[in-house]
Amino acid sequence: MTIKEVQDLIVEEFSAFDEWMDKYEYIIELGKSLEMIDNSRKVENNLIKGCQSRVWLDCQINDGKLCFTADSDAIITKGIISLLIRVYNGRTPQEILSSDLDFIEKIGLKDNLSPTRANGLVSMIEQIKIYAKENL
Amino acid sequence: MLTNTIENIRNQFPFLTNKVSGKELIYFDSAATSQRPQSVISAINEWNSFANANVHRAVHHLSACATDNYESGREAIRKFVNASKREEIIFTSGTTASINLLANTIGGVLLKEGEAVLITEAEHHSNIVPWQILTQRIGAKLIYLPVDESGQWDMEQLDTLFESENIKFVSAAHISNVLGLVNPIERLIQTAHKYGAKVHIDGAQGIVHQEVDVKKIDCDFYSFSGHKIYAATGIGVLYGKESLLDILPPWMAGGDMVDTVTFYKTTYAKLPLKFEAGTPNFIGGATFTPALEFARSVRCHQVEQNERMMKDFLIKELTSIEGLEIYGMGENKSPVYSFSIDGIHHSDIAMLLDQMGIAVRSGLMCAEPLINKFGKTGLVRVSLAPYNTLQECEIFIDALNRAIRMLR
Repeated sequence: MTIKEVQDLIVEEFSAFDEWMDKYEYIIELGKSLEMIDNSRKVENNLIKGCQSRVWLDCQINDGKLCFTADSDAIITKGIISLLIRVYNGRTPQEILSSDLDFIEKIGLKDNLSPTRANGLVSMIEQIKIYAKENL
Repeated sequence: MLTNTIENIRNQFPFLTNKVSGKELIYFDSAATSQRPQSVISAINEWNSFANANVHRAVHHLSACATDNYESGREAIRKFVNASKREEIIFTSGTTASINLLANTIGGVLLKEGEAVLITEAEHHSNIVPWQILTQRIGAKLIYLPVDESGQWDMEQLDTLFESENIKFVSAAHISNVLGLVNPIERLIQTAHKYGAKVHIDGAQGIVHQEVDVKKIDCDFYSFSGHKIYAATGIGVLYGKESLLDILPPWMAGGDMVDTVTFYKTTYAKLPLKFEAGTPNFIGGATFTPALEFARSVRCHQVEQNERMMKDFLIKELTSIEGLEIYGMGENKSPVYSFSIDGIHHSDIAMLLDQMGIAVRSGLMCAEPLINKFGKTGLVRVSLAPYNTLQECEIFIDALNRAIRMLR
């Protein structure tokens, strides 16, 4: 699946929920099931600034493809990262940099996040793009 | 059941017609900013429309109106805190600006090199950082009075600190914005005066929940913000004893704070204008008149009773939630509850509550040293005002329990 196709799938999944509380319930479930980051990767260097909660995002290169693992002390943030990882994991840097990220807006997540949290989201996406640029 | 008084109060607040996520808004963040009653909102609109001219300057009618409104606001404040004279009421942009004014003027006058400023462990950043900058700049020392596990000042250490350190200035919160405890400021002031130190009280929260009589408590300075006590935002107050304000040098310079100016020498205006350089937020200052009238009107038995019911209910319900800890417990507590829940992040709670139409504060609440002391990265804070109801508290507890179930 392309980055666009994965995003379309996520949008479809979220369209099943009418209530925002249900969407959050789903995000929380995603957060709980996010694969644990290796503890040795939870270092200051991998800490993303600009979130109300602490977020660690690590990137490893495998066969020219970027593999992300992440963690956060807040579960909703973890759920949101897990969506980002689902979209971006196993992609080449070119794929990541040439893609448009539109699922967050389409599922209405951006409007539903307080500005501080929205900023954290922006910082997470920026960090993914920085990793991609560094590994071009 | 709502008493008529509370219903009457609620009817004065247009914000209550707000909907968030399709639900009626429950505003539990009044310790950050209180909502404004219609009287204040109408006054702002009227003055913006019909009394907008620069104050203390022109001879024309409109300027006189604006000046009268602004000075009436000052008089309302003077009465409210029982200060002796209008000269003792300085308008600033808020509590932060009041503290910065002091921290930028007492150096060399009330605090010299080698001397110390005493604060407490439970201060807001704006009552820590200005003193840090001042003491570092002039080579003075900054020390703090610790709080115990329940958030109370450790008064046993007070005399020891004064005996062992050369404390000349004290700045402490009347009520901590995190803990909500009413601090023993009168004892602090008496002790400080005994050792020859001057005292500033950060009244940002205190002025809202306590009767403040600056003569009775005998503080040297007291500051607060308009936006927490129903007035406009961007306006605040520094009360100071005239004899002390007189010897402090001006800080910000500009129009209105001068008497005569040549290129070589300036003489300054008398108090209070000496500290009010530039065009002030004169409409903001004027809003203290209706705002404090409202504040006085809610200091009544029915409102107290309503507050007591909400507090009793919240304490009972919050303490029965597994893993929930409230910070700041004591007899004399304003309706402010900061808490953590084991294994759940404060921002997750706040986000889900927001989805359910309830506004609470989460995070460090500008008191990082205190939150760190409790070993937390943040707390959730619920703060109540006279326009809140027991029913809202019940809805909040249900919503909180739902959020916890989702997150655990």
